Amino acid sequence: MLKFLNPAVVAVFVLVAGQSFAGGDKFGLGRLATTDEVAAWDTDVRPDGQGLPVGSGDAYTGEEIFAEKCAVCHGDFGEAVGRWPVLAGGHDTLTSDRPVKTIGSYWPYLSTVFDYVNRAMPFGDARSLTPDEVYSITAYLLYVNDLVEEDFELNSDNFTSISLPNEDNFYDDDRATTELIAFSGDVCMVDCKDSVEITAHAAVVDVTPEETAVAAETVQVAAVEPVAAEPEPVEVIDPELIASGKKVFKKCKACHQIGEGAKNRTGPMLNGVVGRAAGSVEGFRYSKALVAAAGSGLTWDIQELSLFLTKPRDFLKGTKMSFPGLKKQADLDAVIAYMQSIAE
Amino acid sequence: MIDNNEGSKTSRRGFLTSAAAAGGAALTAGAAKAASGDSAILETQNWNSELGVGVDAAPYGVPSEHEKHVKRRNVEWLTADTVSSINFTPLHELDGIITPNGLCFERHHGGVAEVEPALHRIMINGLVDTPLVFTMQDLLRFPRENRIFFLECAANSGMEWRGAQLNGCQFTHGMIHNVMYTGVPLRYLLEEAGVKTAGKWIMPEGADASGLTRSIPLEKALDDCLVAFKMNGEALRPEQGYPVRLVVPGWEGNMWIKWLRRIEVGDQPWHHREETSKYTDLLANGKARRFTWEMDAKSVITNPSPQAPLTHGPGPTVLTGVAWSGRGTIPQVDVTTDGGINWHKARISGPSLDKSMHRFYYEFDWDGSELLLQSRAHDNTGYVQPTKDQLRAVRGTNSIYHNNGIQTWSVNAEGVAENVEIS
Repeated sequence: MLKFLNPAVVAVFVLVAGQSFAGGDKFGLGRLATTDEVAAWDTDVRPDGQGLPVGSGDAYTGEEIFAEKCAVCHGDFGEAVGRWPVLAGGHDTLTSDRPVKTIGSYWPYLSTVFDYVNRAMPFGDARSLTPDEVYSITAYLLYVNDLVEEDFELNSDNFTSISLPNEDNFYDDDRATTELIAFSGDVCMVDCKDSVEITAHAAVVDVTPEETAVAAETVQVAAVEPVAAEPEPVEVIDPELIASGKKVFKKCKACHQIGEGAKNRTGPMLNGVVGRAAGSVEGFRYSKALVAAAGSGLTWDIQELSLFLTKPRDFLKGTKMSFPGLKKQADLDAVIAYMQSIAE
Repeated sequence: MIDNNEGSKTSRRGFLTSAAAAGGAALTAGAAKAASGDSAILETQNWNSELGVGVDAAPYGVPSEHEKHVKRRNVEWLTADTVSSINFTPLHELDGIITPNGLCFERHHGGVAEVEPALHRIMINGLVDTPLVFTMQDLLRFPRENRIFFLECAANSGMEWRGAQLNGCQFTHGMIHNVMYTGVPLRYLLEEAGVKTAGKWIMPEGADASGLTRSIPLEKALDDCLVAFKMNGEALRPEQGYPVRLVVPGWEGNMWIKWLRRIEVGDQPWHHREETSKYTDLLANGKARRFTWEMDAKSVITNPSPQAPLTHGPGPTVLTGVAWSGRGTIPQVDVTTDGGINWHKARISGPSLDKSMHRFYYEFDWDGSELLLQSRAHDNTGYVQPTKDQLRAVRGTNSIYHNNGIQTWSVNAEGVAENVEIS
């Protein structure tokens, strides 16, 4: 990537800019973006194919990549885990009470899939995929939506020949003609109806977070300083190492929670994980591989954790954890120190 | 406004009587000379006697200990994970029209980006004469403007399409905040690069892990959009896009790209994820509206409401709420206490600004009977906030976004409020 500007280029630019700015009402601020800089950031793709990189990938290959990098949230076939987005299926549900809006059932353009996977996926490791990988994943997503065969290869040449089934069901905002006039005009102020009935109560389907249901009590409780529990004596860990581990942990946050109130998500909650018996968090459904390892006495001491996090799939074949691993020893030490600093 | 004061007089007498009774009890308990009245007055309070902390105890000030319950809250079941989620502004705890920075609701698609301002760049490319890069320092050398605008998430009240669901205006209406922005008109940056005649759309992009993008027509970009770096006088909060965000007045919050790093100019929209699979409004017939940018006129009564019950008993009562429109100002808000049989014009207090929140009040004497409260906003185009059923008749119940229907709170004789729907 471009680290500095060639002085010759700068000189040329100043000359050009000087002429250009003298001509109009410009402020002469900012500088010319280099071609490489624009290329580094301008990765967006449009339905007409503008912005597609050269490359190709088939659904077979896409399936493998998807299983490794996407299935942990989206499920093996795009059916989704928990509340993560469903990517496949949902045909003929758009007029039902519970529409399932997937790539196949709802999305208008395939370019949106490519663009989004390329810019924002995998969640927590965005911008790590090669163009061929993005083509492969996109091809696989077409396959799981029954739009192509599994040997289908998607590439920069045939991309725009693919259209998604729901494209024609979108139209531009028409509120100006359908709503604005209908909802404008004089209103009734007095004796507007004979009687009023309550037809629905939120209390009946109460899904409000509980804390606020007792808001009045909270006010009083909040005024009293909570008595801090005596902390467990723990080994003193370098606070700087913990701080840098907290940053490394961002890579883990898409699936794991840690700290006060941590709960199981895609991965188990990690409070007190260092030194704990593997597979022991209540209520989490571990992979068979991890259950087996736990059965033979695996404990997450620093050494084992370090090995696991270096390359999870090599350490434990069959683990559900799709994380590729931490390459730097410093990152490993830091993230383990951070997890160690957070007790049960 | 209040023509019957009798209620409050009675209660004042009532207080003195019971205070005297308390004094009498103290006397019989053996106190030498019991004073009669309110202990908050009769006893010396700590803060009236002991010294408080000095200056600099909190170099960046924080609210009183007694206001700890005033905070953003989320609804855990709504989303898979908090890094791609939303929380809600506690509207029932606020007054006036400005939302304090720490209480502005958050919506992230890939968590809060911790951007280092010295490494932040804003690029303008695409159909321009000169693709440009600006540093934050460059941005501060353009003329800037101060404007107050509401930002409402298109999904605000989205959980209420199928019926009353959440008990509290924080949850039903809290995906909104109203802030004074300081920023550079986007027009200046675009003119600096020189938009080519074929350029009809812009695509702002965020620097966060979601790289959020939206297509915005050039006309809007040149009209009133700001590239903002301050909110309510101070730097943007990280969760609001520090160091710089786009301000798209009156239009859905998703378009106000945070951590703004690039603006591309093009001849057609991009149809990216946030304007196709999300933020499109699915109607009952299976077709979907796209590019529904403007936020329709809307209002809500913030007090009383389920999180803010009437605790004072019958007598003088202040009802208050907020109203806004993505198409202009709010010249009128109507309030009903009987479920829409009779309506009263509310009093608007504070600035009435284009595409900004308005604060309204309706003072009345509560007789202690059950109330069915609603507010109805009018904007300066003549549009009147519709009922939820009017909206459902046009949109069905699957559209998620742009629910601006009239909200009803029932208040019972104890003053407890609940989210209901009425005939």
